[in-house]
Amino acid sequence: MSSAWNWYIGIIAVANILACVWLIRWTAKKRPGEGAAHETTGHEWDGLTELNNPMPRWWLWLFYITIVFGLIYLVLYPSFGSYPGLLGWSQYSAWEEEVEATEERVAPLFAEYAQIPVAELAENDEAMQTGRRLFGNNCAVCHGADGGGRPGFPDLTNNKWNWGGDPEQLHASILNGRSGVMPALGGALGEQGVTEVSAYVFSLTGRDAPDDLVRRGRQRFEQQCVACHGADASGNTALGAPNLNTPENWIYGTSLEAIRTTIRDGRHGVMPGQEEFLGEDRVHLLTAYVYSLSEEARAREVNGASDD
Amino acid sequence: MSHEVVEKNVGLMAVLIIAVISVAGLVQIVPLLFATETTQPHEGVEPYAPLEFAGRDIYVREGCYSCHSQMIRPFRAETERYGHYSLAGEFVYDRPFQWGSKRTGPDLARVGGRYSDLWHYVHMMNPRDVVPESNMPAYPWLADREVNGERVARAMRAQQRWLGVPYTDEQIQNAPSDLEGKTEMDAIIAYLQGLGTAVQHNR
Repeated sequence: MSSAWNWYIGIIAVANILACVWLIRWTAKKRPGEGAAHETTGHEWDGLTELNNPMPRWWLWLFYITIVFGLIYLVLYPSFGSYPGLLGWSQYSAWEEEVEATEERVAPLFAEYAQIPVAELAENDEAMQTGRRLFGNNCAVCHGADGGGRPGFPDLTNNKWNWGGDPEQLHASILNGRSGVMPALGGALGEQGVTEVSAYVFSLTGRDAPDDLVRRGRQRFEQQCVACHGADASGNTALGAPNLNTPENWIYGTSLEAIRTTIRDGRHGVMPGQEEFLGEDRVHLLTAYVYSLSEEARAREVNGASDD
Repeated sequence: MSHEVVEKNVGLMAVLIIAVISVAGLVQIVPLLFATETTQPHEGVEPYAPLEFAGRDIYVREGCYSCHSQMIRPFRAETERYGHYSLAGEFVYDRPFQWGSKRTGPDLARVGGRYSDLWHYVHMMNPRDVVPESNMPAYPWLADREVNGERVARAMRAQQRWLGVPYTDEQIQNAPSDLEGKTEMDAIIAYLQGLGTAVQHNR
């Protein structure tokens, strides 16, 4: 703000306070001809009269005290435009102090957690309680409070990952985000082609589909889809291309209609990166929490594999 | 001058009352109309592109400000949840600003980029689909209604001419074709995804 405005504000503020002093002194002063205490103003309305007592002293002093308080405040705190005040206080410095004090208290804790490998940290109950709160604040809006996901937003508990479930891959997903693009193939395939490829993809999970559609769909799949999803349709975690043999990886739904829509119109899934909001250390803790969400599913898979 | 004179002259009393109640306004409001902090855009803040401009009007029409504020105050609890506190220079193209005064829902000043477009779409169609405990109403009609590009161009022209928003004539001329076939849903999502993105919040 320019100094002219500082002067403008300062002069009006001071003049206003001085005017208050003058007003109090002026109204408290006894004027010639006025009655003393307990005398009336001389007006009479149907026998009712009005006393003309001066203002009580304590009341008057309260006004003066308020004025003194105001003057001291003006000197100590920001006033008169950009004058910072003797205390140097501002709402932003107050905010900074509050943030720094909290950071001082919690940063060592997050830094300590950041030294512990994800798989080990996931076993630390205290750390996971903090992780759950971070998840609730930042992740639950899309992935659900239990991490169970919604159509379009992956289930984090089933240990089926389109971008990989290793700690490093999870960490990268959370820190930098992901952007998965399934191109719209409706134009290239035509409506018949969409039907055929849909039938083939539908059949990959062991569900029945008309044989001739599946056969022709497979041929089209080998031309159009293998670059990302692979010849065996097992996907590619570097591109976020889902494994089409497991319906849990189909985050947009497993119905025939959902498959058709995906192939015809494409999909563009975005996971926003959290680095800017949370920083490395908190992301590390979140990675461990997300890793812990799929612990049961991982254990089941290991047991299942050993049973074979 | 006796107090009696003031009491017995209504016109004089009105003038004096106006003088008294103007003091705070003269000190607090008038300088803000000329201060750089409040009249110059913050670095990176641009006038709303046509689609965002249309989305902003829909935001106002649907009364989103009744439940959502756009004003992050400099308190730790707020910046922890929402990001960097709001700066005056971020609102110079908001006419009127959408600071709001009540948070039934969360603050939206920095919602841009926090969620995906798909999330916003699903959430507008039926908030319960993504947030089961939400009490926000659904706005499914936004997906059916098309944006009126001509009307948006006229509104942009008015802001350029009367409020000094630095739109180029080209931007305004292209607005109707830019908005061809866009739904109100596209517009409000574009608006929301741009909110608060000019200021970075780095830990």
